[in-house]
Amino acid sequence: MTAPARKFRTKYVAPVLYIIFLMTPIYWLLTMSLKTNQEILSTFSLWPENLTFANYLVIFTDASWYSGYINSMIYVSMNTVISVLAALPAAYAFSRYRFLGDKHIFFWLLTNRMAPPAVFALPFFQLYSSINLFDTHITVALAHTLFNIPLAIWILEGFMSGIPREIDETAYIDGYSFPKFFVKIFTPLIASGIGVAAFFCFMFSWVELLIARTLTSVAAKPIAVVMTRTVSASGLDWGVLAAAGILTILPGALVIWFVRHHIARGFALGRV
Amino acid sequence: MQKAHDHKALWLVAPALLLVAFTAVIPLMTVVNYSVQDTFGNNQFFWVGAEWYREILRSDRFHAAFLRQIAFSATILAIEIPLGLAIALSMPKKGLGVSVCLVLMALPLLIPWNVVGTIWQIFARVDIGLLGHTLSGLGIDFNYTQNAGAAWVTLIIMDVWHWTSLVVLLCYAGLVAIPPAYYQAARIDGASRWAIFRYIELPKMSRVLLIAVLLRFMDSFMIYTEPFVVTGGGPGNATTFLSVDLVKMAIGQFDLGPAAAMSVIYFLIVILVSWAFYTIMTRDDFEQYRRSQ
Repeated sequence: MTAPARKFRTKYVAPVLYIIFLMTPIYWLLTMSLKTNQEILSTFSLWPENLTFANYLVIFTDASWYSGYINSMIYVSMNTVISVLAALPAAYAFSRYRFLGDKHIFFWLLTNRMAPPAVFALPFFQLYSSINLFDTHITVALAHTLFNIPLAIWILEGFMSGIPREIDETAYIDGYSFPKFFVKIFTPLIASGIGVAAFFCFMFSWVELLIARTLTSVAAKPIAVVMTRTVSASGLDWGVLAAAGILTILPGALVIWFVRHHIARGFALGRV
Repeated sequence: MQKAHDHKALWLVAPALLLVAFTAVIPLMTVVNYSVQDTFGNNQFFWVGAEWYREILRSDRFHAAFLRQIAFSATILAIEIPLGLAIALSMPKKGLGVSVCLVLMALPLLIPWNVVGTIWQIFARVDIGLLGHTLSGLGIDFNYTQNAGAAWVTLIIMDVWHWTSLVVLLCYAGLVAIPPAYYQAARIDGASRWAIFRYIELPKMSRVLLIAVLLRFMDSFMIYTEPFVVTGGGPGNATTFLSVDLVKMAIGQFDLGPAAAMSVIYFLIVILVSWAFYTIMTRDDFEQYRRSQ
């Protein structure tokens, strides 16, 4: 037993150290969220001495805090649905057909994934103000399609290209129409790809701040923005800030388990 | 098998195309429009041609932000790529350990960027943060709000913490895609660990590594939220990267003309890199396709 045990120890030192490095700041945030402000500022301890959930209570009872989460959830969900629905037929076209300008369109879509959001912040503000959509959920959802539709198309195209084209042809010979084939046969085949694409749309819309901040003021203000404004306004309530941070980590941590085997492929834009 | 030629497929692309055109082309046209005009307010604009472009390309402020940006991107690439590769190579290959590693490692990638900033803003503070407290306990003067060196170290450690996992995940996906037969053949030949890495794993991972380098380069090239939260571009202008500078100019000072010209230049650089990225990716796609014939 000793030989394999030692082999285990030496081999996994690097990943274990790395995970400790990743988890320490998160742990620090977690302990801070469970301390009172007075304890944070006066004593320096590695764990909370007077465990308190008061910081979380503030967030769940103050509308200006919890409405931030609700706003984020609304526009992130809208964005995920719009992006995946628009990307599905497009990805199918790119994976199955050659058509006028296909390569150029595919490249142009990629440039939008790579475009710096800072370039778009001001024109977005003017565009959506001029059509009276400033500070609504659909605005942020639409603005985030800028990078999420290209991303979803690239990921889905990668997964779809892994499905043999013979399946399509057999279905057409069997008398399936295109919509019926797409919904009944093709969609179940790429279900994992759709899951991964949806996950990435969810994630990139959830983590984005600059555009969401520019396009909202009150009614659709996302939690990320509520956090930045509280830092500057109310004299640094560290405990509540830490609790809010922990609550923004949770959604990602919950959904990641379901796509854990496919995340790498998603990050490689479907091309591993 | 050849893809079928069918221009009707454009209709399938149309919804996505219209949506992206609405969110990308109209704003981009606005930017180009502003970049060649000047205004005295009151919505009166007049043509100035390439004036703003000349001004931006000659301004010390743009050069400084650009150099800082390149230095930042180069530094994080030099750390994250080898580190990510090394960790991917030593990760477990099967069992529960894989899932645990993948989920824990991917966690930083799913945290909103400003929360990443907040975490490190707190963690590196001398009074209440573990890192800052420990460093100052060791007698190191670590104050990232006043010391430019400390601000850079904080931002680089933060980026390594935030994004190395992306490199790990990509390399790991490339590693597990290597057929076991390659390793068996290497064992029969008595190949050393280094030889296996150099002649089997590295060539097989070259594609994912390339994707990792390009993604990391481009995402670090447009980093905004994290430095905005942690340092706000300071102390002074020490961590004012391109995006931070651009937002200051466009929304802080409302210098529409220069900001728009800078946006166009910034965007062109990004398109150039995207083009390299695309060429490499599709070249590989083509080779794979040819091999499968």
